[in-house]
Amino acid sequence: MANNVVELHDVSKSIHNHTILHGINLEVRNGEFLTLLGPSGCGKTTLLRLISGFEDLTTGKIFIDGNDVEGQPPHLRHVHTVFQSYALFPHMTVFENIAFGLRCQKLPKNEIEHRIAEVLKIVKLEKYIQRKPDQLSGGQQQRVAIARAIVNRPLVLLLDEPLSSLDYRLRKTMQLELKQLQRKLGITFIFVTHDQEEALSMSDRVVIMHEGSIEQIGTPRQVYEEPQNLTVAKFIGEVNQFDSEIIAIDGKRVTVDIQGKRRIAKTGRTFSIGEKVHVLVRPEDLRVWGQSEVEDTSDMFPGVVEEVIYKGTTVDLMVRLSNNTLVASTQFFDEDDDRLEYAMGEPVWTTWLSGWEVVLPYET
Amino acid sequence: MKHDNGFKYFSLSAIWLWLSIFALFPLCLVTLASFLSHDQDSLVRLPFTITNYLNLFNPLHLTLKIFERSFYMAGFCTLICLALGYPFAFLIARLKNSWKNFLILLIIIPFWTSSLIRTYSMMTLLKSKGVINTILLSLHIIDKPLSLLYTDTAVLIGLVYNLLPFMVLPLITNIERLDNQLIDAARDLGANRLTTLIRIILPLTMPGILAGCILVFLPAMTIFYIPDLLGGAKSILLGNVIQSQFLVSQNWPAGSAMSIVLTLLLGFLLIIYWRSKRDKEAGELL
Repeated sequence: MANNVVELHDVSKSIHNHTILHGINLEVRNGEFLTLLGPSGCGKTTLLRLISGFEDLTTGKIFIDGNDVEGQPPHLRHVHTVFQSYALFPHMTVFENIAFGLRCQKLPKNEIEHRIAEVLKIVKLEKYIQRKPDQLSGGQQQRVAIARAIVNRPLVLLLDEPLSSLDYRLRKTMQLELKQLQRKLGITFIFVTHDQEEALSMSDRVVIMHEGSIEQIGTPRQVYEEPQNLTVAKFIGEVNQFDSEIIAIDGKRVTVDIQGKRRIAKTGRTFSIGEKVHVLVRPEDLRVWGQSEVEDTSDMFPGVVEEVIYKGTTVDLMVRLSNNTLVASTQFFDEDDDRLEYAMGEPVWTTWLSGWEVVLPYET
Repeated sequence: MKHDNGFKYFSLSAIWLWLSIFALFPLCLVTLASFLSHDQDSLVRLPFTITNYLNLFNPLHLTLKIFERSFYMAGFCTLICLALGYPFAFLIARLKNSWKNFLILLIIIPFWTSSLIRTYSMMTLLKSKGVINTILLSLHIIDKPLSLLYTDTAVLIGLVYNLLPFMVLPLITNIERLDNQLIDAARDLGANRLTTLIRIILPLTMPGILAGCILVFLPAMTIFYIPDLLGGAKSILLGNVIQSQFLVSQNWPAGSAMSIVLTLLLGFLLIIYWRSKRDKEAGELL
């Protein structure tokens, strides 16, 4: 078990006969940055509180560093939590806040001072040692909260949406800072967020949760490019969904029928002929051509531009296809297409490169 | 904006006018009376004198003793209210909203009846043939009636009963605002319940504790009908003395002097409270 610092075996949690988490199996590797990602109410915070010891399991087992932690109070688990609102003690200085855990352990005074000086250096707050929390900026408070947790030298740091109260710019900076801090400390981070962009940009692995279950565990690239089901695909980024049917199979290449047009798609999954499937295409993979730009339209879908959104680095289009579905396309400026001028109501052709789509079994 | 200002000035001046006529002006009269001489027929007369104040410190008049006794009684009552009220307020503040509102309503309902009448009903509970003694006797827990009424205990019970809501309500509002995550954080860092209470919960609810103590202590010093009804002739507190100076001995100047000294004392306590609050806020702004 040396590689897995936390293991969850078939963990479930019910409150008042209402199941919040069912059958969670999860292995957290030592030193990784793992993110629990899901919409609010999916049970990710509850899962965190089960690991930290603030809530008791209904069934299952949790191992931390190889030990079954059932019934153990939070501070004996070698995990510490950074709370959503940081939960800094407002009546104490930065020093007293960070010293709180060490004083509870009754460490000698010089040891406490030494360890605080050490973590303050790591989070770059040496100058603010005598300040009260409300005299610090949001980012500084965040760093104090992290310092207060890591000064106890936990095996795992649990972070419960710690960036959600910061404004966009600061959040970006703190994402980078957190990631760097995690690398420097080598502590395992379990990070909870509902922001998929945050999850993708910070994590080594992402756990996607939905209605109390884990939908997929994988690297950011895996969950984005190879979603295991429709829920994951729709939650991570935007996706255009075409409902179709398998017509022919040739190894990893399948022929699908989309709106009467035949297209070749690549997939690692096994399907049978006649099976209904979803073909998913990300907006950045969907190409939009003007009428005059194309000749062969045999695998393209006709539509009309309904909305043009200029975003600086990209132009986002909403195209109404002839079967009345609305698809989104993100166009990048490049040497082929440096103008990207579309008029609303302009008839266009949409297509994508074969192999850039994801084929998933049909879900009702 | 102009309209808003007009409303602001109107309501402010209305309150100022009201307070000037019915609070400030009487206070001035009392201050004036406290420096005048006693007269049987016309209540007060010239010349100006400070005898009334000097008499307060005259050991023969026992006023200082009564001051001290009232101070202890009020202090004791405040402590009991705090000891009873804090856990109670804590429980209520942590409840779900529907239960919380119901329980707060229960605290407020007694206010719908005059406190004087409630004190009379207290007498029927406490007197020697009253409810408590009858029940205890019939259960054979005691074989002769306890003398509850007309003791200091009865006065304390009455004071605590009447003033407990003034302790509980500010505490509830204060404890409600306490962030649950702070208690979780303390637990996370290894604090046991006692440490969490002493280091986190009590310091953070101190404004509520101080507000509650002031709201209990001030009336406890001056309510005269509770010691009058429940303490009888034996339990004389400052409120009673002032009342009897005005209504029984008809010595308005002496009663006024006592009132003024009491007002100054209580004002002094308030100033200490404000200073501690302001210093704390100033400290936080640094």
